[in-house]
Amino acid sequence: MQSLTNRARPVDRKPMTALERLYLWNIAKGMWITLKHVFKKKATISYPEQKREFSPVFRGLQILNRDEEGRERCTACGLCAVACPAEAITMEAAERQPGEEHLYREEKYAAKYEINMLRCIFCGLCEEACPKDAVYLSETFAPSNYQRKGFIYGKEDLLIPHPKEDPEAYRKALGNRATGNASQEKASSN
Amino acid sequence: MIGLLAIDWAFIVEKLILIVSIVSISLVIAMYETYAERKVAAVMQDRRGPNRAGPFGILQPLADGLKLFMKEEIIPNTSNKFLFVLGPCMAMLTAMMTSAVIPWGGKIHFTLFGQDRWVNLQIADINIGILYIFGVVSMGVYGIMIGGWASNNKFSLMAAMRGASQVISYELPMGISLIALLMLTGSLKMSTIVAGQIDSWYYVLYQPLGFFIFLVCAFAECNRTPFDLPEAENELNFGYHQEYSSMKLGFYLFAEYINMFISSAVMVTLFWGGYDIPFISDAALAEKVGYNWLAVLEGLSMFIKVAIFIFAFMWVRWTIPRFRYDQLMNLGWKTLIPLSLINMIITALLVLLKENGWRF
Repeated sequence: MQSLTNRARPVDRKPMTALERLYLWNIAKGMWITLKHVFKKKATISYPEQKREFSPVFRGLQILNRDEEGRERCTACGLCAVACPAEAITMEAAERQPGEEHLYREEKYAAKYEINMLRCIFCGLCEEACPKDAVYLSETFAPSNYQRKGFIYGKEDLLIPHPKEDPEAYRKALGNRATGNASQEKASSN
Repeated sequence: MIGLLAIDWAFIVEKLILIVSIVSISLVIAMYETYAERKVAAVMQDRRGPNRAGPFGILQPLADGLKLFMKEEIIPNTSNKFLFVLGPCMAMLTAMMTSAVIPWGGKIHFTLFGQDRWVNLQIADINIGILYIFGVVSMGVYGIMIGGWASNNKFSLMAAMRGASQVISYELPMGISLIALLMLTGSLKMSTIVAGQIDSWYYVLYQPLGFFIFLVCAFAECNRTPFDLPEAENELNFGYHQEYSSMKLGFYLFAEYINMFISSAVMVTLFWGGYDIPFISDAALAEKVGYNWLAVLEGLSMFIKVAIFIFAFMWVRWTIPRFRYDQLMNLGWKTLIPLSLINMIITALLVLLKENGWRF
């Protein structure tokens, strides 16, 4: 049989020479190796100070998007909940009252929108299912928590900051993922 | 009243200050040895090591100590309570006591009430210094033995036997290798041994084999890898301190680090010139900077040498795997003891020849 690599060697069962039996030479060799490792570059990334770049297709925490005027895009159609293979999404719909036009874009909105981050598998099917570009996966991951209920993210956790009132935080939360242009690009590519 | 006045009170105060400072210095050094150990392990394994507690993680030992204090203290139901507490105390006590006879530097000179005073940076310059060290070090076995016995756990007891037999076996070649050295020095007094090396060759040049045997035995005495069978946390069910928790466990681990520091200091004193500053004539330096500064520099040189040894201890630990028990015993009884005997006989012959003017 041909070997996969040419590095296979038969096991050497020769009795050790006197020098080898002293171990000292081999210990010195080993210590030289460990000493060399002292000066090697470390692969560690000191996490909170240094962050690794995410891959452009990284799927992190969900974000509920707003449009340019700060109105919530979600209409509580429930397609994301249907698409979700882990059944992590729950929502309750409500009708928009007169005078709430500056809050919600459509006539129907999600009064309650919850994602259980312990169930979520971050597959991104909710993002694909959403017809309104209201939910998308950001480049952050769920922070740790002391209790299970802390992982059930409500609207207040998921909703993106208001683009008019807090443009800085809005841009930060948006990242380079679901920009206003991106939704247009998506539409044009379809 | 007159009797009280006749006592040299300043002498007692000097010694007290010296004892307190040396004990606290060795405790602090042991603390930072744990930090250094983790850092050395990390850099040798391409990691970073502790760097969260304080800048570069230098508060890590304090955090570790606090953690050990906060842990629940469990004393097993069936253990012998008195001996169970005595075990770690013995380990700590024997670890600390050895530092009494090690000279840490030259003399400090000051004037007190119009009186010239010279203070040795050594707690007790007894004329049987090395014997004292050996006596105290062999008492270290009791810490292991009592700890293992009092736990009333068969694995602890077996580990204690393992540890005790290791320590006792390696004391023999250690002692024999020292006999060869003592034939050269002609004295058991630590200060005389150091004085013999100041401004002359270090004894390691006369006794390279003796030093090597001593080094290997020191590794075994300190229960350090490759001879850390008494502990063997990952293979042999931890060892004699298996039942210990909280600060009692901390004492055992701490005693091990103090032992490492002290045995490094002993090796430096016996073989590497003690507090002598290498390549420089100490007497000439004293005229330049004064005796007090010389003592400080000498102390510093001592600590640098000790630090190099401590690094070597760690370097070996993170390089060499653990010995098997039969390999350990073979090495001790079949290799090191004959080697040290040969070393002793050759040294004795040479010393005899030299005294005879190189004539048979």
